[in-house]
Amino acid sequence: MSQIEIKSLNAYYDKLHVLKNINLNVEKGEILSLIGPSGSGKSSLLKMLVGLLKPKSGDVILNNKQVNYNNNSDLRTIREQFAIVFQQYNLFQNMNVLKNVCIAPTKIQKRDDKKVEEQAINLLEKVGLKDKLKSYPDELSGGQQQRVAIARALCLNPEILLLDEVTSALDPELVQEVLDTVRLLASEGMTMLIVSHEMSFVKEVASRVVFMDEGSIIEINNPKDLFDNPKEKRTLDFVSKILKDK
Amino acid sequence: MGYTLVYTQVLEFFPYLIKGALISLQIAILAFFGGMFFGLIFATIRTFGNKLMNNMVIWYVTFFTNTPQLVQIYFLFFALPEFGILLSPFVAVLVGMTLNAAAYLCEIQRAGFLSIRQNELDAAKTLNFTLTQQVKYVILPHIMRVLFPPLSNHYIIMTLGTSMAAIFGVEELTGRAFNINSETFRSVEIFSLTALVYIVITFIATFLLAVIGRYFFKAKMRIIQ
Amino acid sequence: MERLLEEIPSFFTIWNIIFLGKAMGVTFLLTAIGCFIGFSVGGLLAIFRKTKSIILLPLRFFIVIYTEVFRRIPFLVSLLLMFYVFQILKISDNLFLIATITVCLIATAYIGEIIRSGIESINQTQWDAAEAMNFSYFQILKEVIFPQAWKVILPPAFSFFIMFIKDTALASQIGVMELTFAAKILNNKGFSPLLSFGTILILYFILSFPLDRFGKYMEKKLVTNRN
Repeated sequence: MSQIEIKSLNAYYDKLHVLKNINLNVEKGEILSLIGPSGSGKSSLLKMLVGLLKPKSGDVILNNKQVNYNNNSDLRTIREQFAIVFQQYNLFQNMNVLKNVCIAPTKIQKRDDKKVEEQAINLLEKVGLKDKLKSYPDELSGGQQQRVAIARALCLNPEILLLDEVTSALDPELVQEVLDTVRLLASEGMTMLIVSHEMSFVKEVASRVVFMDEGSIIEINNPKDLFDNPKEKRTLDFVSKILKDK
Repeated sequence: MGYTLVYTQVLEFFPYLIKGALISLQIAILAFFGGMFFGLIFATIRTFGNKLMNNMVIWYVTFFTNTPQLVQIYFLFFALPEFGILLSPFVAVLVGMTLNAAAYLCEIQRAGFLSIRQNELDAAKTLNFTLTQQVKYVILPHIMRVLFPPLSNHYIIMTLGTSMAAIFGVEELTGRAFNINSETFRSVEIFSLTALVYIVITFIATFLLAVIGRYFFKAKMRIIQ
Repeated sequence: MERLLEEIPSFFTIWNIIFLGKAMGVTFLLTAIGCFIGFSVGGLLAIFRKTKSIILLPLRFFIVIYTEVFRRIPFLVSLLLMFYVFQILKISDNLFLIATITVCLIATAYIGEIIRSGIESINQTQWDAAEAMNFSYFQILKEVIFPQAWKVILPPAFSFFIMFIKDTALASQIGVMELTFAAKILNNKGFSPLLSFGTILILYFILSFPLDRFGKYMEKKLVTNRN
């Protein structure tokens, strides 16, 4: 029983066919990495899972239950399973770090204020930002903001964490601190879908890698085999181009 | 209610009404370009001129942007005769609108000048552009792209502003509406029709300006927000 | 010129000064009420315009039409139309009421646009992040968007307020006793037009200029705040 099963899923952004016949299973605790050129649909897939892009056709089955993204109460339940971190502008600029992390658990999940605050402080300590509780996002570096965003996502107690190119907008020297945080989470057994350009990181951390191009899944394999022995030509082209750029 | 809307009685005057729109357009275009001309001079003075002229322009702009255009025209039309200057209604409106536009367009163009970033100029210099080339290939395109939206917007405002010419008897669109009204007394029909004509005119203008802006100046403008 | 100087004492009588004061009050009142309603109702229009549900489509359609219409008709024409509609339907012959309602309708359209612009200036990811955390549309507006958008909305809204003071001059054409109408009355009474209209120009300036300076000061503060 996979945690997520996606069957023959199609999605459109206006007239553009962004997800073409997606078939994918995600097992509990696995770390799935999505790679591919720009516009291949990787981010769209994550957005679809969290209900920001409604599927036109196909099925999604979460924890053995079929879910309907067009049904509002289903959507609420779906969103409770996931937490997503975007490339940038994650944090609410009008709230300080602590409030950013606590607001959804207290206001939306209606959990106890004190317990949420405790968990928030713990998570912020984990990501190395305990001394920035009262800071505002514009007082933090990009890397610090992303780490807060990850802490905020974790405070929602999600089943599955979605990371959408979380280091792509960062200056190079800030990338490592965020990757260290992700590496830490990876070792704790949380199911994760990671969209990333950082190939060495992907190789190190992912249990399986999914290569997407032009809205379709081209190849899925473990990192070693996908990078060293790709089965499809498009995968080979992409991988060799990436390695050449390095 | 005891009143029925009878548009047919008014529609026979429609051609007459539409021709008024042409006069409105005339006034708007003349006043706009007049305002652009003087506005450009003022903006240049503000950016490069000496302190005295700079202050004079500041006073001019402050005065004209803090008082209503209608009262400015009233003043020109009724007060200038005291000094022996008699302006016809059309001229009074035109002069008033031009003077008013000059103030606003000065500020808009000045903002355009100030938006030139130093590093754009430096980049052009390092590529060994002469001053003329710098102006032609870097500065002018940039300024035009930055200025096109606010200038277009002000033009639309001025087009609507021409309606106050009717108060002075000018037979532009609103003025003709007044005339038709005094003949047929079908007030609601006439003025709603006039309103419709203004809506159509401004839509056409916005559309044309958006197209021109996109293709000639690479200025991205929306038609309906 | 001597004639002018002779006229000044008879122009600036107590009665006239009070008269002008009242007219100034009417001008200010029209502007203030218009902008207050404009902000409140305009805000509602902006909020509902950005909803996504199918049920609210007719409402969104209405809002777009309303906004485009009232922003593309000259003030004068709007005022006259409203005047005649009131006359025909025999609703009221209170000129101030007619002018106020017109002014509110116009301001709502313009300020609604300003508010909508402000909302749209907030990065889409802020919406997405909140939505993915199960915030409702109105919760996102309240907790995330408006606390950030107000800084983008306030300067142009204030600019509009100042501009609106000048636009109320057109209410004089339907007989509302505001500043421009007062100038016409004084002129008709026999005072020199130079004095009448000149004084009114100065009075408008006195209303508008301090607000303009305050607006620029406020804008500067907001910019430095943001950085």
